[in-house]
Amino acid sequence: MSSENGKRLLETDAGGLNFEATELTLGLPGEPRVTSDGGAKLGSKRGISETVDLKLGDNNPEVKLGHSLQEAAKSPVSKTQVVGWPPVRGFAKRGKKSCKYVKVAVDGAPYLRKVDLEMYNSYQQLLTSLEDMFSCFTIRNYLNEKKIDQVNGIEYMPTYEDKDGDWMLVGDVPWQMFVESCKRLRLMKSSEAVGLGLKTAPKYSSTN
Amino acid sequence: MSEDDERQQSPPSDLEFVSNKARNCNATGSGSGHPEFQSTYPDQVLENVLENMLHFLTSRRDRNAASLVCKSWYRVEALTRSELFIGNCYAVSPGRATARFTRVKALHLKGKPRFADFNLMPPDWGAHFNPWALAMAKAYPWLEKVHLKRMSVTDDDLATLAELFLGFKELVLVCCDGFGTSGLAIFVSKCRQLKVLDLIESEVSDDETDWISCFPEGESNLESLIFDCVECHINFEALERLVARSPSLKKLKLNRYVSIGQLYRLMVRAPQLTHLGTGSFSPSDIAGQGDQEPDYVAAFAACRSLVCLSGFREIIPDYLPAIYPVCANLTSLNFSYANITAEQLKPIISKCHKLQTFWVLDSICDEGLQAVAATCKDLRELRVFPVDAREDSDGPVSEVGLQAISEGCRKLQSILYFCQRMTNAAVIAMSKNCPDLVVFRLCIMGRHRADPVTGEPMDDGFGAIVMNCKKLTRLAVSGLLTDKAFDYIGRHGKLVRTLSVAFAGDSDMALKYVLEGCPQLQKLEIRDSPFGDAALRSGLHHYYNMRFLWMSSCRLTRHGCQEIARAMPRLVVEVIRSADEEEMDDVVGTLYMYRSLEGPRTDAPKFVTIL
Repeated sequence: MSSENGKRLLETDAGGLNFEATELTLGLPGEPRVTSDGGAKLGSKRGISETVDLKLGDNNPEVKLGHSLQEAAKSPVSKTQVVGWPPVRGFAKRGKKSCKYVKVAVDGAPYLRKVDLEMYNSYQQLLTSLEDMFSCFTIRNYLNEKKIDQVNGIEYMPTYEDKDGDWMLVGDVPWQMFVESCKRLRLMKSSEAVGLGLKTAPKYSSTN
Repeated sequence: MSEDDERQQSPPSDLEFVSNKARNCNATGSGSGHPEFQSTYPDQVLENVLENMLHFLTSRRDRNAASLVCKSWYRVEALTRSELFIGNCYAVSPGRATARFTRVKALHLKGKPRFADFNLMPPDWGAHFNPWALAMAKAYPWLEKVHLKRMSVTDDDLATLAELFLGFKELVLVCCDGFGTSGLAIFVSKCRQLKVLDLIESEVSDDETDWISCFPEGESNLESLIFDCVECHINFEALERLVARSPSLKKLKLNRYVSIGQLYRLMVRAPQLTHLGTGSFSPSDIAGQGDQEPDYVAAFAACRSLVCLSGFREIIPDYLPAIYPVCANLTSLNFSYANITAEQLKPIISKCHKLQTFWVLDSICDEGLQAVAATCKDLRELRVFPVDAREDSDGPVSEVGLQAISEGCRKLQSILYFCQRMTNAAVIAMSKNCPDLVVFRLCIMGRHRADPVTGEPMDDGFGAIVMNCKKLTRLAVSGLLTDKAFDYIGRHGKLVRTLSVAFAGDSDMALKYVLEGCPQLQKLEIRDSPFGDAALRSGLHHYYNMRFLWMSSCRLTRHGCQEIARAMPRLVVEVIRSADEEEMDDVVGTLYMYRSLEGPRTDAPKFVTIL
């Protein structure tokens, strides 16, 4: 599983983290995934407004998973999170003892921002929020083909530095594991991300 | 911490509705264009008397009324208005405002609609402070105070305020963004007369600039320094020195990077404080276990004037007893960041006999609310926020807590209550027990949730509120609601000015009831409800009297909105697209429309189409 070079991108880190419940698997499109606590994962019902999609580890772009696997592990039949509901101001995460603030650097921007990773439940939420903050840039969510905006021209790849000091592509590992191991974020210009092999949508190889 | 306290504007201050009568009143003037001083002696006396008299008129509602009496009064009122309030920054241009009011000392501006707080509006929509800053710099170099809400403010704007307004004294930014610590650094360093710097629920980017050190040396005039929302480390030593040289400091609200040990050091230097935000209220990691803990109780006891307490951002409940000495005097207590239990709350709240405003997390459960009801007989405002703001989380508070509050706190005027379950019975009880309610905002977090006891929709509960609470001006509804609820609102909610609706109603009739029945309606925000073009049409008679209408994820079409735009030339009708919508889609994602004297704004981003 481990590759020779320092940049381990497409495999999961088995070092001491129990991520059984949140493990990404390659289910066949449409197949429900049974979590460790017995609940069935559903492509869940949505309200009138569009929910935020994140296609995790799914080869078939047509199948949309309603919410992250992490949420499925928590409560088997949980509703999808609707944008802006309940109407509590987002950045005021109340009563949370742990705040996982990480700095976000964007290539070409003169300032840093900070985000609290504990505030998000999924990659999609994080990336949407980053797009909000750095709105003049288009952050390419390589997991979601639709999001590419050619008009703006410049695409950015979201990367992060993990506990071991390695730069990884955002989205590889289960969400909670990412929150625990992420030390800082960097939105790298796509043109510079060549070394990370990210130009095309990743193919989840059979080694996963 | 104050609620958005809107006083009725009748007529609106952000539009010039000068009646025909007013235009023809002045015998010497032509009734339009620039004022001419061709008055005869009696008119001159009248104007002088008027000018002196109008200086005493402070309420903007009264001033608006006075300005309509006749041309003469209009002119003098414009000369004497020193505090300018503009509820929608796009309703009037900076140029028009500065042309009419020539002696303004304080500006109060509001930008984005409230639903922008919940990520329902893409960023960079607008509400830029910049054109206002520049216009003010030319027109009002003596400007002293700026109060902004939901505006985009840049570092440059902050520099402008500090550099171009020599006597600038007071800056209050509520729910603003677009600036960072660099901007703050420039602002505080150049603003020598600064008395008030209040950053409230604003997003401040961390440019890693030590802005606290940038306050000028020597005695400062600071009376209020609020920065609890600033998510950056600060230079504590510099802050301590600043507090030490600010003898007039009354309000200090620290961010969560200030430890309790540091709080102690500040409190002993500023026992005159009336408003305190405690910061983290926990020790820093560096504090050793064996270190002598300061006498926190004594520090609080020394603050004899303390009436408003907040903060507790990362509270260690063991330290709570430190605040006992001030409880008896507190009129406002904000525990909305403190994840504490009922047991931890009780010893505190049982001492807070004078409490009028209380913000808290639902971690205190119904039991905690019962304790509040038992002691806080003078309570006017209650806000209960969810620790876990998800639809399917456990709900520690319920109808039990609401019922208890209604029975114990009869003077309640304003309530915001997040919960997972609520019964009509409890809401009806509150409507009867708390007749002074002005603001009733209930958020049942599960969408379309019925009364768990009866299985009925929540129509009757909200119906009782509008029927029994005769002073009600602000209402937010939730839970399973049919058109009947809106029928009640239309029939009885005659004073309602602000209404928030989400996931409610069955048909267009619901919206029609409201638009036809509520003559005081100013702000209507609706999301995810089945209201379409026909409903929209039913409000044509009223839209000029409103500040704005927001409808997102409803059933509006582009041609329906176009119809409104054509029928009402002084309305700006914005269709806001989300990322995956096409420009020519007929279905409208978000409609935001507002009256304006200026027509379509020129700074609209690509994803906004103005019809």
